[in-house]
Amino acid sequence: MGMTITEKILAAHSGRDSVKPGDLILAECDLMLGHDVTAPPAIKEFRKIGVDKVRDPGRLVLVNDHFVPNKDIDSAEQAKVMREFACEQEVEKYFEVGRAGVCHALLPEKGMVVPGDLVIGADSHTCTYGALGAFSTGVGSTDLAAGWATGKVWLKIPETIAIEYKGSLGKWVYGKDLILQTITKIGVDGARYRSMEFLGETVSQLTIFDRFTMANMAIEAGGKNGIFEPDEAVKEYLAGRTDRDGVYLKSDPDCEYVEKVTIDVEGMGPIVACPSLPGNGKPVGELKGTRLDQVVVGSCTNGWLPDIRLAAEVIKGKKVHPKVRMIVLPATQEIFKQAMREGLFEIFVDAGAAVSTPTCGPCIGGHMGILAEGEVAISTTNRNFIGRMGHVGSQVYLSNPAVAAASAVAGEIIHPDELG
Amino acid sequence: MSENVFKGKVWKFGDNIDTDIIIPARYLVTSDPDYLADHCMEGAFPEFRKAVSQGDILLGGENFGCGSSREHAPVSIKAAGISCVVASSFARIFFRNSINIGLPVFEVSGLWAETSQGDELEVDAVAGTVKNVTMSKEYPASTYPDFIREIIDAGGLIEWLKKDQSK
Repeated sequence: MGMTITEKILAAHSGRDSVKPGDLILAECDLMLGHDVTAPPAIKEFRKIGVDKVRDPGRLVLVNDHFVPNKDIDSAEQAKVMREFACEQEVEKYFEVGRAGVCHALLPEKGMVVPGDLVIGADSHTCTYGALGAFSTGVGSTDLAAGWATGKVWLKIPETIAIEYKGSLGKWVYGKDLILQTITKIGVDGARYRSMEFLGETVSQLTIFDRFTMANMAIEAGGKNGIFEPDEAVKEYLAGRTDRDGVYLKSDPDCEYVEKVTIDVEGMGPIVACPSLPGNGKPVGELKGTRLDQVVVGSCTNGWLPDIRLAAEVIKGKKVHPKVRMIVLPATQEIFKQAMREGLFEIFVDAGAAVSTPTCGPCIGGHMGILAEGEVAISTTNRNFIGRMGHVGSQVYLSNPAVAAASAVAGEIIHPDELG
Repeated sequence: MSENVFKGKVWKFGDNIDTDIIIPARYLVTSDPDYLADHCMEGAFPEFRKAVSQGDILLGGENFGCGSSREHAPVSIKAAGISCVVASSFARIFFRNSINIGLPVFEVSGLWAETSQGDELEVDAVAGTVKNVTMSKEYPASTYPDFIREIIDAGGLIEWLKKDQSK
Protein backbone atom coordinates (compact mmCIF):
# COMPACT_ATOMS: atom_id res chain seq x y z
CA MET A 1 0.00 0.00 0.00
CA GLY A 2 1.35 3.43 -0.92
CA MET A 3 1.52 6.40 1.42
CA THR A 4 0.16 9.95 1.38
CA ILE A 5 2.47 12.97 1.69
CA THR A 6 1.49 13.26 5.36
CA GLU A 7 2.23 9.58 6.04
CA LYS A 8 5.63 9.88 4.30
CA ILE A 9 6.65 12.87 6.41
CA LEU A 10 5.51 11.21 9.63
CA ALA A 11 7.32 7.96 8.77
CA ALA A 12 10.53 9.82 7.94
CA HIS A 13 10.41 11.68 11.26
CA SER A 14 9.87 8.56 13.36
CA GLY A 15 12.59 6.42 11.80
CA ARG A 16 10.16 4.08 10.04
CA ASP A 17 9.91 2.88 6.46
CA SER A 18 6.15 3.16 6.54
CA VAL A 19 3.23 4.09 8.76
CA LYS A 20 -0.50 3.53 8.51
CA PRO A 21 -3.51 5.35 9.98
CA GLY A 22 -3.96 4.57 13.67
CA ASP A 23 -0.24 3.97 14.37
CA LEU A 24 1.09 5.92 17.33
CA ILE A 25 4.54 7.41 16.83
CA LEU A 26 7.05 9.56 18.63
CA ALA A 27 8.16 11.97 15.93
CA GLU A 28 11.17 14.24 15.78
CA CYS A 29 10.17 17.89 15.30
CA ASP A 30 12.05 20.22 12.96
CA LEU A 31 10.49 23.32 14.51
CA MET A 32 8.44 24.04 17.63
CA LEU A 33 6.46 27.27 17.83
CA GLY A 34 5.09 29.14 20.81
CA HIS A 35 3.71 32.66 21.25
CA ASP A 36 3.01 35.14 24.02
CA VAL A 37 -0.21 33.36 25.09
CA THR A 38 0.85 29.70 24.85
CA ALA A 39 4.58 29.85 25.66
CA PRO A 40 4.21 31.07 29.28
CA PRO A 41 2.17 28.01 30.37
CA ALA A 42 4.62 25.82 28.40
CA ILE A 43 7.51 27.38 30.31
CA LYS A 44 5.71 26.60 33.58
CA GLU A 45 5.34 22.94 32.53
CA PHE A 46 8.91 22.78 31.19
CA ARG A 47 10.23 23.74 34.65
CA LYS A 48 8.51 20.66 36.12
CA ILE A 49 10.28 18.18 33.84
CA GLY A 50 13.59 18.46 35.63
CA VAL A 51 15.88 19.45 32.79
CA ASP A 52 17.64 22.81 32.71
CA LYS A 53 18.08 23.25 29.00
CA VAL A 54 15.90 22.68 25.97
CA ARG A 55 17.26 19.90 23.79
CA ASP A 56 18.00 22.09 20.77
CA PRO A 57 17.38 25.84 20.98
CA GLY A 58 17.75 26.06 17.19
CA ARG A 59 14.42 24.31 16.77
CA LEU A 60 12.47 26.70 18.99
CA VAL A 61 10.57 29.68 17.61
CA LEU A 62 8.99 32.20 19.97
CA VAL A 63 6.86 35.00 18.55
CA ASN A 64 5.21 37.95 20.23
CA ASP A 65 2.02 38.32 18.24
CA HIS A 66 -1.19 37.84 20.22
CA PHE A 67 -1.52 40.64 22.76
CA VAL A 68 1.15 42.87 21.23
CA PRO A 69 2.03 45.63 21.43
CA ASN A 70 1.09 44.62 24.97
CA LYS A 71 -2.42 45.71 25.79
CA ASP A 72 -2.14 45.78 29.58
CA ILE A 73 0.13 44.91 32.48
CA ASP A 74 -0.85 41.23 32.57
CA SER A 75 -0.07 40.70 28.88
CA ALA A 76 3.21 42.58 29.33
CA GLU A 77 4.10 40.22 32.19
CA GLN A 78 3.42 37.21 29.94
CA ALA A 79 5.57 38.63 27.16
CA LYS A 80 8.32 39.23 29.73
CA VAL A 81 8.21 35.58 30.83
CA MET A 82 8.70 34.45 27.22
CA ARG A 83 11.41 37.07 26.55
CA GLU A 84 13.43 35.99 29.60
CA PHE A 85 13.05 32.31 28.70
CA ALA A 86 14.27 32.99 25.16
CA CYS A 87 17.32 34.75 26.58
CA GLU A 88 18.02 32.06 29.17
CA GLN A 89 17.71 29.23 26.63
CA GLU A 90 19.57 31.12 23.90
CA VAL A 91 16.69 30.93 21.44
CA GLU A 92 17.79 32.80 18.34
CA LYS A 93 14.41 32.57 16.61
CA TYR A 94 12.78 34.91 19.12
CA PHE A 95 10.76 37.68 17.51
CA GLU A 96 10.04 40.97 19.22
CA VAL A 97 7.52 43.69 18.43
CA GLY A 98 8.84 45.66 15.46
CA ARG A 99 10.73 42.65 14.10
CA ALA A 100 7.88 40.19 14.06
CA GLY A 101 4.34 39.70 12.86
CA VAL A 102 1.59 37.12 13.11
CA CYS A 103 3.53 33.87 13.56
CA HIS A 104 1.99 31.84 10.72
CA ALA A 105 2.91 34.51 8.19
CA LEU A 106 6.28 35.16 9.80
CA LEU A 107 7.67 31.60 9.76
CA PRO A 108 7.18 31.08 6.00
CA GLU A 109 8.36 34.61 5.24
CA LYS A 110 11.63 34.01 7.12
CA GLY A 111 12.14 30.72 5.27
CA MET A 112 11.92 28.70 8.47
CA VAL A 113 9.71 25.94 7.00
CA VAL A 114 10.52 23.88 3.89
CA PRO A 115 8.71 20.97 2.20
CA GLY A 116 8.95 17.72 4.14
CA ASP A 117 9.39 19.41 7.55
CA LEU A 118 7.49 18.42 10.66
CA VAL A 119 6.38 21.44 12.69
CA ILE A 120 4.37 21.60 15.89
CA GLY A 121 3.04 24.81 17.32
CA ALA A 122 1.08 25.75 20.40
CA ASP A 123 -1.43 27.48 18.18
CA SER A 124 -4.20 25.77 16.28
CA HIS A 125 -3.43 27.56 13.00
CA THR A 126 0.02 25.96 12.84
CA CYS A 127 -1.51 23.86 10.04
CA THR A 128 -0.79 26.85 7.71
CA TYR A 129 2.61 25.45 6.62
CA GLY A 130 0.91 22.60 4.78
CA ALA A 131 0.83 25.07 1.90
CA LEU A 132 4.57 24.45 1.60
CA GLY A 133 4.22 20.66 1.65
CA ALA A 134 5.23 20.39 5.32
CA PHE A 135 3.37 18.48 8.02
CA SER A 136 2.39 21.02 10.66
CA THR A 137 -0.14 20.78 13.41
CA GLY A 138 -1.41 22.59 16.48
CA VAL A 139 -0.71 21.21 19.94
CA GLY A 140 -1.10 22.49 23.50
CA SER A 141 1.41 24.12 25.81
CA THR A 142 2.26 20.87 27.62
CA ASP A 143 3.04 19.16 24.30
CA LEU A 144 5.26 22.11 23.46
CA ALA A 145 7.09 21.87 26.78
CA ALA A 146 7.68 18.15 26.25
CA GLY A 147 8.91 18.92 22.72
CA TRP A 148 11.39 21.45 24.04
CA ALA A 149 12.81 18.86 26.44
CA THR A 150 12.90 15.87 24.09
CA GLY A 151 12.65 17.26 20.55
CA LYS A 152 9.73 14.91 20.00
CA VAL A 153 5.92 14.82 19.93
CA TRP A 154 3.52 11.87 20.16
CA LEU A 155 1.16 11.65 17.21
CA LYS A 156 -1.46 9.27 15.93
CA ILE A 157 -1.17 8.75 12.17
CA PRO A 158 -4.34 10.33 10.78
CA GLU A 159 -6.50 8.99 8.01
CA THR A 160 -6.42 11.30 5.00
CA ILE A 161 -9.41 12.93 3.34
CA ALA A 162 -8.79 14.11 -0.24
CA ILE A 163 -10.39 17.42 -1.19
CA GLU A 164 -10.34 17.70 -4.95
CA TYR A 165 -11.01 21.04 -6.64
CA LYS A 166 -12.04 21.20 -10.27
CA GLY A 167 -12.88 24.05 -12.61
CA SER A 168 -11.51 27.56 -13.07
CA LEU A 169 -11.53 30.30 -10.48
CA GLY A 170 -13.93 33.13 -11.26
CA LYS A 171 -13.45 36.82 -10.60
CA TRP A 172 -13.33 37.77 -6.89
CA VAL A 173 -12.84 34.12 -5.93
CA TYR A 174 -9.78 33.17 -3.89
CA GLY A 175 -8.41 30.50 -1.58
CA LYS A 176 -10.62 31.89 1.19
CA ASP A 177 -13.78 31.18 -0.79
CA LEU A 178 -12.62 27.66 -1.61
CA ILE A 179 -11.88 26.77 1.98
CA LEU A 180 -15.12 28.33 3.30
CA GLN A 181 -17.03 26.34 0.69
CA THR A 182 -15.11 23.20 1.70
CA ILE A 183 -15.85 23.61 5.42
CA THR A 184 -19.48 24.36 4.61
CA LYS A 185 -19.67 21.16 2.58
CA ILE A 186 -17.94 18.76 5.00
CA GLY A 187 -18.83 20.51 8.27
CA VAL A 188 -16.77 21.96 11.11
CA ASP A 189 -15.90 18.42 12.19
CA GLY A 190 -15.83 16.91 8.70
CA ALA A 191 -12.07 16.34 8.89
CA ARG A 192 -11.85 15.76 12.65
CA TYR A 193 -8.70 13.75 13.49
CA ARG A 194 -7.96 13.57 9.78
CA SER A 195 -5.36 14.95 7.43
CA MET A 196 -6.80 17.08 4.62
CA GLU A 197 -4.97 16.82 1.31
CA PHE A 198 -5.91 19.54 -1.17
CA LEU A 199 -5.57 18.44 -4.79
CA GLY A 200 -7.12 18.63 -8.25
CA GLU A 201 -6.79 20.68 -11.42
CA THR A 202 -7.70 23.99 -9.74
CA VAL A 203 -4.74 23.84 -7.34
CA SER A 204 -2.23 24.91 -9.99
CA GLN A 205 -4.22 28.16 -10.39
CA LEU A 206 -3.88 28.92 -6.69
CA THR A 207 -1.10 31.22 -5.57
CA ILE A 208 1.02 30.20 -2.62
CA PHE A 209 -0.93 32.78 -0.60
CA ASP A 210 -4.28 31.21 -1.53
CA ARG A 211 -2.82 27.93 -0.34
CA PHE A 212 -1.65 29.44 2.96
CA THR A 213 -5.22 30.68 3.52
CA MET A 214 -6.66 27.24 2.82
CA ALA A 215 -4.18 25.19 4.85
CA ASN A 216 -4.59 27.73 7.67
CA MET A 217 -8.29 26.92 7.95
CA ALA A 218 -7.95 23.10 7.85
CA ILE A 219 -8.44 23.23 11.63
CA GLU A 220 -11.84 24.87 11.11
CA ALA A 221 -12.98 21.55 9.63
CA GLY A 222 -11.34 19.75 12.56
CA GLY A 223 -8.34 18.68 10.47
CA LYS A 224 -5.05 17.62 12.04
CA ASN A 225 -3.24 19.18 9.11
CA GLY A 226 -4.01 20.48 5.63
CA ILE A 227 -1.44 19.82 2.95
CA PHE A 228 -0.71 20.55 -0.71
CA GLU A 229 1.76 18.71 -2.92
CA PRO A 230 4.71 21.12 -3.08
CA ASP A 231 5.42 22.42 -6.59
CA GLU A 232 7.15 25.24 -8.50
CA ALA A 233 5.05 27.86 -6.68
CA VAL A 234 6.61 26.68 -3.41
CA LYS A 235 10.12 26.74 -4.91
CA GLU A 236 9.58 30.27 -6.16
CA TYR A 237 8.23 31.45 -2.81
CA LEU A 238 11.16 29.95 -0.88
CA ALA A 239 13.83 31.22 -3.28
CA GLY A 240 16.02 33.69 -1.42
CA ARG A 241 14.34 32.90 1.91
CA THR A 242 16.32 29.77 2.87
CA ASP A 243 19.32 27.68 1.88
CA ARG A 244 17.57 24.44 2.80
CA ASP A 245 16.32 22.39 -0.16
CA GLY A 246 13.41 20.59 1.47
CA VAL A 247 11.94 17.27 0.38
CA TYR A 248 9.30 17.59 -2.33
CA LEU A 249 6.96 14.65 -1.73
CA LYS A 250 3.98 13.32 -3.65
CA SER A 251 1.26 10.97 -2.47
CA ASP A 252 1.64 7.53 -4.05
CA PRO A 253 -0.96 6.62 -6.70
CA ASP A 254 -2.03 3.65 -4.56
CA CYS A 255 -2.22 5.54 -1.27
CA GLU A 256 -5.41 5.28 0.72
CA TYR A 257 -7.84 8.16 1.14
CA VAL A 258 -10.58 7.46 3.66
CA GLU A 259 -12.88 9.81 1.77
CA LYS A 260 -12.80 11.88 -1.40
CA VAL A 261 -14.72 15.13 -1.67
CA THR A 262 -15.00 17.05 -4.92
CA ILE A 263 -15.58 20.79 -4.99
CA ASP A 264 -16.52 22.25 -8.37
CA VAL A 265 -15.44 25.89 -8.41
CA GLU A 266 -16.71 26.60 -11.92
CA GLY A 267 -19.14 29.50 -11.75
CA MET A 268 -18.64 29.89 -8.00
CA GLY A 269 -18.73 33.39 -6.52
CA PRO A 270 -17.40 34.71 -3.21
CA ILE A 271 -18.53 32.82 -0.09
CA VAL A 272 -19.24 34.43 3.29
CA ALA A 273 -19.43 32.37 6.50
CA CYS A 274 -22.28 33.52 8.74
CA PRO A 275 -22.20 33.56 12.55
CA SER A 276 -21.20 31.56 14.49
CA LEU A 277 -19.32 28.80 12.67
CA PRO A 278 -16.86 28.87 9.76
CA GLY A 279 -19.00 26.15 8.15
CA ASN A 280 -22.02 28.46 7.76
CA GLY A 281 -20.99 29.58 4.27
CA LYS A 282 -23.40 31.25 1.87
CA PRO A 283 -22.96 32.98 -1.50
CA VAL A 284 -22.32 36.66 -0.76
CA GLY A 285 -25.46 37.71 -2.70
CA GLU A 286 -27.71 36.00 -0.16
CA LEU A 287 -26.41 38.26 2.59
CA LYS A 288 -26.95 41.58 0.85
CA GLY A 289 -28.28 44.15 3.29
CA THR A 290 -26.52 42.76 6.35
CA ARG A 291 -25.65 45.93 8.28
CA LEU A 292 -22.04 46.29 9.49
CA ASP A 293 -20.25 48.18 12.26
CA GLN A 294 -16.70 46.98 11.66
CA VAL A 295 -14.53 45.54 8.91
CA VAL A 296 -11.21 43.79 9.61
CA VAL A 297 -8.64 42.93 6.93
CA GLY A 298 -5.67 40.98 8.24
CA SER A 299 -4.62 37.90 10.28
CA CYS A 300 -2.69 34.71 9.54
CA THR A 301 -5.50 33.80 7.16
CA ASN A 302 -5.68 36.91 4.98
CA GLY A 303 -3.07 39.43 6.11
CA TRP A 304 -0.64 38.54 3.31
CA LEU A 305 0.60 41.18 0.85
CA PRO A 306 -1.78 40.16 -1.98
CA ASP A 307 -4.68 40.43 0.52
CA ILE A 308 -3.70 43.98 1.49
CA ARG A 309 -3.25 44.88 -2.18
CA LEU A 310 -6.66 43.44 -3.04
CA ALA A 311 -8.45 45.38 -0.31
CA ALA A 312 -6.64 48.56 -1.44
CA GLU A 313 -7.59 47.97 -5.08
CA VAL A 314 -11.26 47.65 -4.14
CA ILE A 315 -11.38 50.67 -1.85
CA LYS A 316 -9.13 53.02 -3.86
CA GLY A 317 -10.77 56.40 -4.35
CA LYS A 318 -13.79 55.45 -2.23
CA LYS A 319 -14.74 56.11 1.38
CA VAL A 320 -15.46 53.77 4.26
CA HIS A 321 -19.16 54.10 5.12
CA PRO A 322 -19.71 56.75 7.83
CA LYS A 323 -21.17 54.18 10.24
CA VAL A 324 -18.36 51.65 9.75
CA ARG A 325 -14.86 51.33 11.24
CA MET A 326 -12.36 49.60 8.95
CA ILE A 327 -9.11 48.22 10.38
CA VAL A 328 -6.30 46.92 8.18
CA LEU A 329 -3.52 44.82 9.72
CA PRO A 330 -0.69 43.63 7.47
CA ALA A 331 0.45 40.31 8.96
CA THR A 332 4.18 41.02 9.28
CA GLN A 333 6.67 43.87 9.36
CA GLU A 334 7.89 42.91 5.87
CA ILE A 335 4.35 42.99 4.47
CA PHE A 336 3.78 46.26 6.32
CA LYS A 337 6.87 47.82 4.74
CA GLN A 338 6.06 46.65 1.23
CA ALA A 339 2.45 47.85 1.53
CA MET A 340 3.78 51.21 2.67
CA ARG A 341 6.20 51.38 -0.27
CA GLU A 342 3.41 50.63 -2.70
CA GLY A 343 1.32 53.49 -1.33
CA LEU A 344 -1.42 51.20 -0.07
CA PHE A 345 -1.60 52.90 3.32
CA GLU A 346 -2.34 56.23 1.66
CA ILE A 347 -5.27 54.58 -0.10
CA PHE A 348 -6.64 53.18 3.18
CA VAL A 349 -6.09 56.37 5.15
CA ASP A 350 -7.69 58.49 2.41
CA ALA A 351 -10.65 56.11 2.50
CA GLY A 352 -10.98 56.63 6.26
CA ALA A 353 -9.61 53.25 7.38
CA ALA A 354 -7.22 52.64 10.27
CA VAL A 355 -3.93 50.86 9.53
CA SER A 356 -2.47 48.89 12.43
CA THR A 357 0.87 47.38 13.29
CA PRO A 358 0.85 43.55 12.92
CA THR A 359 -1.04 41.78 15.73
CA CYS A 360 -3.54 38.97 16.29
CA GLY A 361 -5.52 41.46 18.47
CA PRO A 362 -8.98 41.81 16.89
CA CYS A 363 -9.11 38.29 15.42
CA ILE A 364 -9.10 36.76 18.92
CA GLY A 365 -11.09 39.52 20.60
CA GLY A 366 -7.93 40.59 22.40
CA HIS A 367 -7.52 44.26 21.54
CA MET A 368 -7.23 46.71 18.62
CA GLY A 369 -10.82 46.34 17.42
CA ILE A 370 -13.24 44.73 19.88
CA LEU A 371 -16.98 44.57 19.21
CA ALA A 372 -19.65 45.87 21.60
CA GLU A 373 -22.94 44.12 22.29
CA GLY A 374 -25.08 43.86 19.18
CA GLU A 375 -22.32 44.94 16.80
CA VAL A 376 -21.65 43.15 13.54
CA ALA A 377 -18.35 42.73 11.70
CA ILE A 378 -17.13 41.23 8.47
CA SER A 379 -13.58 39.98 8.77
CA THR A 380 -10.96 38.21 6.68
CA THR A 381 -9.94 36.17 9.74
CA ASN A 382 -10.64 32.49 10.40
CA ARG A 383 -13.19 32.18 13.20
CA ASN A 384 -16.64 33.61 13.83
CA PHE A 385 -17.49 31.77 17.04
CA ILE A 386 -19.82 33.40 19.58
CA GLY A 387 -17.92 36.24 21.24
CA ARG A 388 -14.79 35.64 19.16
CA MET A 389 -14.22 39.35 18.43
CA GLY A 390 -15.72 40.76 21.61
CA HIS A 391 -19.10 40.75 23.34
CA VAL A 392 -21.02 37.44 23.27
CA GLY A 393 -23.84 39.41 21.71
CA SER A 394 -21.71 40.54 18.74
CA GLN A 395 -21.49 38.77 15.40
CA VAL A 396 -18.73 38.04 12.89
CA TYR A 397 -19.03 37.16 9.19
CA LEU A 398 -15.95 35.74 7.44
CA SER A 399 -14.98 36.63 3.87
CA ASN A 400 -12.16 37.28 1.44
CA PRO A 401 -10.48 40.74 1.43
CA ALA A 402 -12.34 42.00 -1.67
CA VAL A 403 -15.76 41.34 -0.15
CA ALA A 404 -14.63 42.86 3.16
CA ALA A 405 -13.34 46.05 1.52
CA ALA A 406 -16.41 46.47 -0.70
CA SER A 407 -18.67 45.92 2.29
CA ALA A 408 -16.75 48.57 4.27
CA VAL A 409 -17.71 51.12 1.63
CA ALA A 410 -21.33 50.00 1.37
CA GLY A 411 -21.84 49.71 5.15
CA GLU A 412 -23.43 46.35 4.50
CA ILE A 413 -22.34 43.03 3.02
CA ILE A 414 -22.16 43.29 -0.77
CA HIS A 415 -20.53 41.65 -3.76
CA PRO A 416 -17.46 43.63 -4.97
CA ASP A 417 -19.06 43.86 -8.43
CA GLU A 418 -21.89 45.92 -6.98
CA LEU A 419 -19.62 48.63 -5.67
CA GLY A 420 -19.59 50.44 -9.02
CA MET B 1 -2.28 7.62 39.67
CA SER B 2 -5.49 8.93 38.25
CA GLU B 3 -8.91 8.33 39.73
CA ASN B 4 -10.96 5.62 38.11
CA VAL B 5 -14.58 6.30 39.09
CA PHE B 6 -16.33 9.64 38.75
CA LYS B 7 -19.83 10.26 39.98
CA GLY B 8 -21.54 13.62 39.66
CA LYS B 9 -24.28 15.85 38.39
CA VAL B 10 -24.36 16.62 34.67
CA TRP B 11 -23.89 20.04 33.12
CA LYS B 12 -25.14 19.58 29.59
CA PHE B 13 -23.99 21.62 26.58
CA GLY B 14 -24.60 21.22 22.85
CA ASP B 15 -22.56 20.47 19.72
CA ASN B 16 -19.44 22.38 18.62
CA ILE B 17 -18.72 23.98 21.99
CA ASP B 18 -15.64 25.93 20.96
CA THR B 19 -12.69 27.14 23.01
CA ASP B 20 -13.90 30.74 22.81
CA ILE B 21 -17.03 29.64 24.67
CA ILE B 22 -15.01 27.60 27.18
CA ILE B 23 -12.55 30.43 27.87
CA PRO B 24 -12.60 33.64 25.77
CA ALA B 25 -9.15 34.81 24.58
CA ARG B 26 -9.44 38.10 26.45
CA TYR B 27 -8.82 36.18 29.67
CA LEU B 28 -5.65 34.53 28.39
CA VAL B 29 -3.46 37.22 29.89
CA THR B 30 -2.70 34.74 32.65
CA SER B 31 -2.48 30.97 33.01
CA ASP B 32 -3.63 30.99 36.65
CA PRO B 33 -6.15 28.08 36.85
CA ASP B 34 -8.29 29.77 39.51
CA TYR B 35 -8.69 32.97 37.49
CA LEU B 36 -9.46 30.98 34.32
CA ALA B 37 -12.07 28.92 36.22
CA ASP B 38 -13.94 32.12 37.10
CA HIS B 39 -14.60 32.65 33.39
CA CYS B 40 -15.05 29.02 32.35
CA MET B 41 -17.98 28.44 29.92
CA GLU B 42 -18.75 32.15 30.14
CA GLY B 43 -19.78 32.28 26.48
CA ALA B 44 -22.64 29.85 27.14
CA PHE B 45 -23.35 30.14 30.88
CA PRO B 46 -21.75 33.10 32.70
CA GLU B 47 -22.50 31.74 36.20
CA PHE B 48 -20.97 28.33 35.46
CA ARG B 49 -18.30 28.26 38.15
CA LYS B 50 -20.66 29.38 40.89
CA ALA B 51 -23.23 26.78 39.87
CA VAL B 52 -20.82 23.83 39.68
CA SER B 53 -20.16 21.60 42.69
CA GLN B 54 -16.82 19.84 43.04
CA GLY B 55 -16.94 16.56 41.13
CA ASP B 56 -19.72 17.48 38.68
CA ILE B 57 -19.45 16.16 35.14
CA LEU B 58 -19.52 18.22 31.95
CA LEU B 59 -21.42 16.66 29.04
CA GLY B 60 -20.84 17.92 25.51
CA GLY B 61 -22.28 16.92 22.15
CA GLU B 62 -20.27 16.48 18.95
CA ASN B 63 -16.87 18.16 18.39
CA PHE B 64 -16.46 19.41 21.96
CA GLY B 65 -13.55 21.84 22.35
CA CYS B 66 -13.16 22.80 18.70
CA GLY B 67 -11.10 25.85 17.79
CA SER B 68 -8.01 27.13 19.49
CA SER B 69 -5.12 25.08 20.90
CA ARG B 70 -5.36 27.01 24.19
CA GLU B 71 -4.64 24.58 27.00
CA HIS B 72 -6.31 27.17 29.21
CA ALA B 73 -9.62 25.55 28.11
CA PRO B 74 -9.22 22.15 29.81
CA VAL B 75 -7.30 23.86 32.64
CA SER B 76 -10.28 26.18 33.34
CA ILE B 77 -12.74 23.26 33.29
CA LYS B 78 -10.62 21.24 35.70
CA ALA B 79 -10.10 24.20 38.03
CA ALA B 80 -13.85 24.93 38.03
CA GLY B 81 -14.31 21.61 39.83
CA ILE B 82 -15.40 19.41 36.94
CA SER B 83 -14.16 15.83 37.48
CA CYS B 84 -14.30 14.69 33.88
CA VAL B 85 -15.74 15.60 30.47
CA VAL B 86 -17.98 13.21 28.56
CA ALA B 87 -18.89 14.04 24.95
CA SER B 88 -20.21 12.43 21.78
CA SER B 89 -16.91 13.43 20.17
CA PHE B 90 -13.96 15.74 20.88
CA ALA B 91 -11.92 18.11 18.73
CA ARG B 92 -8.43 16.64 18.61
CA ILE B 93 -6.31 19.39 20.19
CA PHE B 94 -8.72 19.74 23.13
CA PHE B 95 -8.64 15.96 23.53
CA ARG B 96 -4.87 15.70 23.65
CA ASN B 97 -4.56 18.76 25.88
CA SER B 98 -6.98 17.18 28.36
CA ILE B 99 -5.00 13.93 28.42
CA ASN B 100 -1.76 15.88 28.77
CA ILE B 101 -2.94 17.97 31.74
CA GLY B 102 -4.77 15.10 33.46
CA LEU B 103 -8.41 16.04 32.83
CA PRO B 104 -10.20 12.74 32.13
CA VAL B 105 -12.21 12.76 28.89
CA PHE B 106 -14.58 10.06 27.63
CA GLU B 107 -16.11 9.68 24.21
CA VAL B 108 -19.54 8.05 24.38
CA SER B 109 -22.17 7.71 21.68
CA GLY B 110 -25.88 7.68 22.37
CA LEU B 111 -25.64 9.16 25.86
CA TRP B 112 -26.06 12.84 24.99
CA ALA B 113 -29.54 12.59 23.50
CA GLU B 114 -30.83 10.51 26.40
CA THR B 115 -29.34 12.58 29.20
CA SER B 116 -30.87 15.72 30.71
CA GLN B 117 -29.28 18.64 32.52
CA GLY B 118 -28.94 17.66 36.20
CA ASP B 119 -28.97 13.87 35.71
CA GLU B 120 -26.43 11.91 37.70
CA LEU B 121 -23.67 10.13 35.79
CA GLU B 122 -21.21 7.49 36.92
CA VAL B 123 -18.08 7.02 34.84
CA ASP B 124 -15.93 3.94 35.36
CA ALA B 125 -12.63 4.51 33.59
CA VAL B 126 -11.39 0.96 34.16
CA ALA B 127 -14.55 -0.80 33.02
CA GLY B 128 -14.91 1.75 30.20
CA THR B 129 -18.54 2.52 30.96
CA VAL B 130 -20.66 5.60 31.56
CA LYS B 131 -23.90 5.09 33.45
CA ASN B 132 -26.78 7.54 33.58
CA VAL B 133 -27.78 6.76 37.17
CA THR B 134 -30.97 8.85 36.93
CA MET B 135 -32.14 6.92 33.87
CA SER B 136 -30.57 3.60 34.94
CA LYS B 137 -28.89 3.12 31.60
CA GLU B 138 -25.29 2.20 30.84
CA TYR B 139 -23.22 3.10 27.76
CA PRO B 140 -19.78 1.89 26.62
CA ALA B 141 -17.06 4.57 26.44
CA SER B 142 -14.45 4.40 23.69
CA THR B 143 -11.20 2.86 24.90
CA TYR B 144 -7.73 4.42 24.79
CA PRO B 145 -4.65 2.93 23.12
CA ASP B 146 -2.12 1.61 25.68
CA PHE B 147 0.24 4.51 25.10
CA ILE B 148 -2.47 7.08 25.93
CA ARG B 149 -3.50 4.99 28.94
CA GLU B 150 0.10 5.22 30.21
CA ILE B 151 -0.02 9.02 30.04
CA ILE B 152 -3.38 9.10 31.83
CA ASP B 153 -2.21 6.69 34.52
CA ALA B 154 0.92 8.76 35.07
CA GLY B 155 -1.25 11.83 35.67
CA GLY B 156 -0.38 13.70 32.48
CA LEU B 157 2.35 14.11 29.90
CA ILE B 158 4.90 15.82 32.15
CA GLU B 159 4.62 13.14 34.84
CA TRP B 160 4.84 10.43 32.15
CA LEU B 161 7.92 12.08 30.72
CA LYS B 162 9.59 12.27 34.14
CA LYS B 163 8.85 8.60 34.66
CA ASP B 164 10.18 7.74 31.21
CA GLN B 165 13.43 9.60 31.83
CA SER B 166 14.01 7.71 35.06
CA LYS B 167 13.76 4.37 33.26
